[in-house]
Amino acid sequence: MKLDILQSLNSERQARRAVIVVTDVASGKQRLVKAADVAKDPLRPVLAEHLRSGKSGMEQTAEGRVFLTVHVPAPQLVITGAVHISQVLAPIGKLLGYDVTIVDPRTAFASIERFPDVKVIAEWPDKALPPLGIDHYTAFVALTHDPKIDDPALTHALARDCFYIGALGSRKTHARRVERLKQQGLTDAELSRIHAPIGINIGAESPAEIAVAIMAQITERLREEVDAEPAQPSIAKAAS
Amino acid sequence: MLATDNDILKAAEDWRNKGRAVALATVVETWGSAPRPVGSNLVIDEEGNFLGSVSGGCVEGAVVTEALDVIENGKPKMLEFGVADETAWKVGLSCGGTIRVFVEKVE
Repeated sequence: MKLDILQSLNSERQARRAVIVVTDVASGKQRLVKAADVAKDPLRPVLAEHLRSGKSGMEQTAEGRVFLTVHVPAPQLVITGAVHISQVLAPIGKLLGYDVTIVDPRTAFASIERFPDVKVIAEWPDKALPPLGIDHYTAFVALTHDPKIDDPALTHALARDCFYIGALGSRKTHARRVERLKQQGLTDAELSRIHAPIGINIGAESPAEIAVAIMAQITERLREEVDAEPAQPSIAKAAS
Repeated sequence: MLATDNDILKAAEDWRNKGRAVALATVVETWGSAPRPVGSNLVIDEEGNFLGSVSGGCVEGAVVTEALDVIENGKPKMLEFGVADETAWKVGLSCGGTIRVFVEKVE
C-alpha cells in the first residue's frame, strides 16, 4: 500500500466518511475510492453494495480479482435529555462500541456528576447538534419529553438519514408530536422512521430496563441493515 | 458497519512516518469457522514488531515471518492457512477453518 493511500484512508476515517480500498490481489495495485466518488467509479454497483453492507470482501470484477477493504465510521449514539434513562443508556452504548454524546440545555440535568465519562453538551440542539456530524452511522434518541428540545433535534436527525431514530413517549404523546412536526413540513414517510413508543417490547418499567429495550432496538436496526437490503436507499443515495 | 482495527491502520501510518519499514497483512477470505473476520489487519515492522491480529494468535508468527520477506523484496504475497494445508505450512488453524491473508508493503 502506498503511504499516500494509507494517509487518505486514515484521514477519511477520522472525518467519519466511508471509504473503500480496491486491491488487485494479483499485482498489488491499489486505489482508494471515497464514498462520494463511488457513483463515478467503473466498479460502481459492486462498490455501492459493499458500502451498504459495510463488509469487506473479495470480488471477481472486470478489473480482475479484487479485494475491497470497506471502512465505514464507528456508530455514534446521540441522545437528547440528560435524564435517568440516559444515565444507563450512555454506558451501555459505550460498552457496545458507540461514541456517545448527550445534549441537554437544562444545566441542572446535564451535570458532570450525573454523567461521569460521557460527553455531555449543555446547549440547545440548534447549537449542539451541527458540530456532532450526525450522519447515517448515527443512532439518535430523544428522551427529554420536552418538545422545545426533542422536536428540533428529531428534525435535525431525520434530515441526516440516521440509521436509527427513536423518541420517548406514549402513543398519544407521539401522535401529538407527529402532528406538530407535520405542521413544520415533515412528511408521513419521514415521520414513520421514528421508533415510538421507543424500544423493543420486553415489558421494561425502570429507567434501566427502558435503556436496555432502546439499545436492543438500536442493535436490531444496525444488524438488519448489514444483513438485508435496506428498505430505503441510504448510503447509495448519498453517494450518487 | 461496526468499524474494526481502528488503531492498527493509524499505527501503520505512524510507524512508516517514523521511518520504520512496514508491511500490512489483511484477512481477505475465510472458509468455515475462522477466528477473525475478513478485513482484519496486522501491521508488522522490519524488526518483527506487530500490532493487530488476523487469526487470534494461531498463525500470526508465520504471517510475521512472511511479512519480513515482503518488506525486503516489496512484492505482495497471498498466504493461505488451514487444517488441510499442513504440508505447506507448519501452522494451522485449530478451529478447522481456512483463511487467506494478503500481505503488502507500505511504501
